[in-house]
Amino acid sequence: MAPIPKLLKYLGRSPWIYHINTGSCNSCDIEIVAVLTPRYDAERFGVVLVESPRHADILLVTGPVCHQNLDRVKRVYEQTPDPKMVIAVGACSSTNGVFDGSYCIDGPLDDVIPVDVYVIGCPPRPENILFGVVKAIQKLNALAEGEI
Amino acid sequence: MAKSGDGAKSGDGAKSGDGRRREIVPTITIPIGPIHPALKEPVNFRITVEGEEIVDVDVRSGYNHRGIEWLGLRRNWIQTLYLAERICGICSWVHPFCYTQAAEDACNIEVPERADFIRVIIAELERIHSHLLWVGIAGYEIGYDTILHITWQVREKILDLLEFLTGNRINYGMGMIGGVRRDIEEKHILKIDENLKYYKEAADQLINIGLHDKTIEKRMKNCGILPRKDALELSILGPTTRGSGVRKDVRQDEGYAAYGDIGVKAVVPQDILGSVTGDVFDRTVVRLVELKQSVEIIENALDMMPSGPVMYEKKPLKLIKQMQKESGEGIGMHEAPRGEVIQYIRADASDKPARWKIRSPTINNLLACRPMLLGDQIADIPIVVASIDPCISCTDRVTIVERDEKRSKKKEVLFTMQELRGRFKRKVFV
Repeated sequence: MAPIPKLLKYLGRSPWIYHINTGSCNSCDIEIVAVLTPRYDAERFGVVLVESPRHADILLVTGPVCHQNLDRVKRVYEQTPDPKMVIAVGACSSTNGVFDGSYCIDGPLDDVIPVDVYVIGCPPRPENILFGVVKAIQKLNALAEGEI
Repeated sequence: MAKSGDGAKSGDGAKSGDGRRREIVPTITIPIGPIHPALKEPVNFRITVEGEEIVDVDVRSGYNHRGIEWLGLRRNWIQTLYLAERICGICSWVHPFCYTQAAEDACNIEVPERADFIRVIIAELERIHSHLLWVGIAGYEIGYDTILHITWQVREKILDLLEFLTGNRINYGMGMIGGVRRDIEEKHILKIDENLKYYKEAADQLINIGLHDKTIEKRMKNCGILPRKDALELSILGPTTRGSGVRKDVRQDEGYAAYGDIGVKAVVPQDILGSVTGDVFDRTVVRLVELKQSVEIIENALDMMPSGPVMYEKKPLKLIKQMQKESGEGIGMHEAPRGEVIQYIRADASDKPARWKIRSPTINNLLACRPMLLGDQIADIPIVVASIDPCISCTDRVTIVERDEKRSKKKEVLFTMQELRGRFKRKVFV
């Protein structure tokens, strides 16, 4: 793995994250908050949870896409400036998880918007989520250098 | 983001009162949510303001509806248990606890006494983690991030303990119909004792911060007041109603599982502060004192826990076979960190439930937002909404209410379950 500063050359700073809840059960969401709080403390890398998709580089999406949230997820994706990375956090947004087969679910997420990194787990551990973010930065870097 | 308020209506607001003033200050409707940084979950609030003052509140939910009850009726008893666990990630013990109680009630399964005590211990550990989480979120909502970081750091220790006891930080997978899947052994008890000691000190510290910190006092006192009368009329549950001085707690009133043996008393602010205002501060104090109460309950439970088996039947398939022979109705209840959860199950001599109904506390508590917010300031919206500790993922599976614009603008149409089923059939399966 290339060192982080080299990975961030393309962005010029640490990646900023926007979190979308598309109807998850909260467990992935509280693990995302746990990533930002003292035990795991992603903010020491400069990874910040921003309050608008227009400021974000990486979208963390949790939950199977519930029918009422479908348009909103698409709209948030369109509002995020390029280059952007989408991380599907948790089993639900990756594969629908236990809710597969329900009448009001339009997921998994990659049916709705393009997904770059999948973080599997119900819920994934905070370390996994951080690792997913690092993977997304690597992909961003590879895109910039024309490797993909 | 959503604060721009695209729904601006200049109106003279056909309400009684000073008409002239309303012409000068038009009412504006501010939509908050479903995707909004102040809300961790998708729910939509439409707040009508007159200047800075809130004059009307409307809540729309349904953004988190995953059709869990419907799915539960198509899976067998054990699979549905894991579905119940994923109703909510914060209270991921509450729903399986209720579900197993209801299923045992419906199918006449007897739970070993030791399992009841283990269930209570896990439930109280979860209450500690949930209340700490809430205190952090409340700190974040009033712009006091220090509180968020302190409480979440304290909270990590209980997640470690839960992981040690059950094998997972969240979604423990501990429940089983007729008992629990893992026993609490000697090594576990040592770790629990060590943690309880830590949490006693932490709770004292947090109560000290909560009662005496100036920032908390200024932002939370006399804001989002819910009078006792409204709390009773709207049937508000959990710490929200106890914050208004109503002694309502299922653990005290019903004494299910091992709570009857342990003895629990509802925490109300008049016992702690001497008086009740029913504001956000009172609710915060109730939650902080409940941390201490939970520690005491766990200590008592560990002392009183009898020895013996923890499961009625170890083989799941054998259990399902037995449940197939039974038919009946059952109710499970639990005082979740947010209030009373009730689940109803009807068994129809098959390998899956014939009817499964979940009533979670937030559906009642969301109604409290209106009396709390009326007359308050815009800046108070996040903390007042957070003060009921809303859990939208628990909520969005109840009757759908829709406004019928053609018939009457203000009339809300309530569907019966029969009509709803017909609706879903038409829309989805044909």
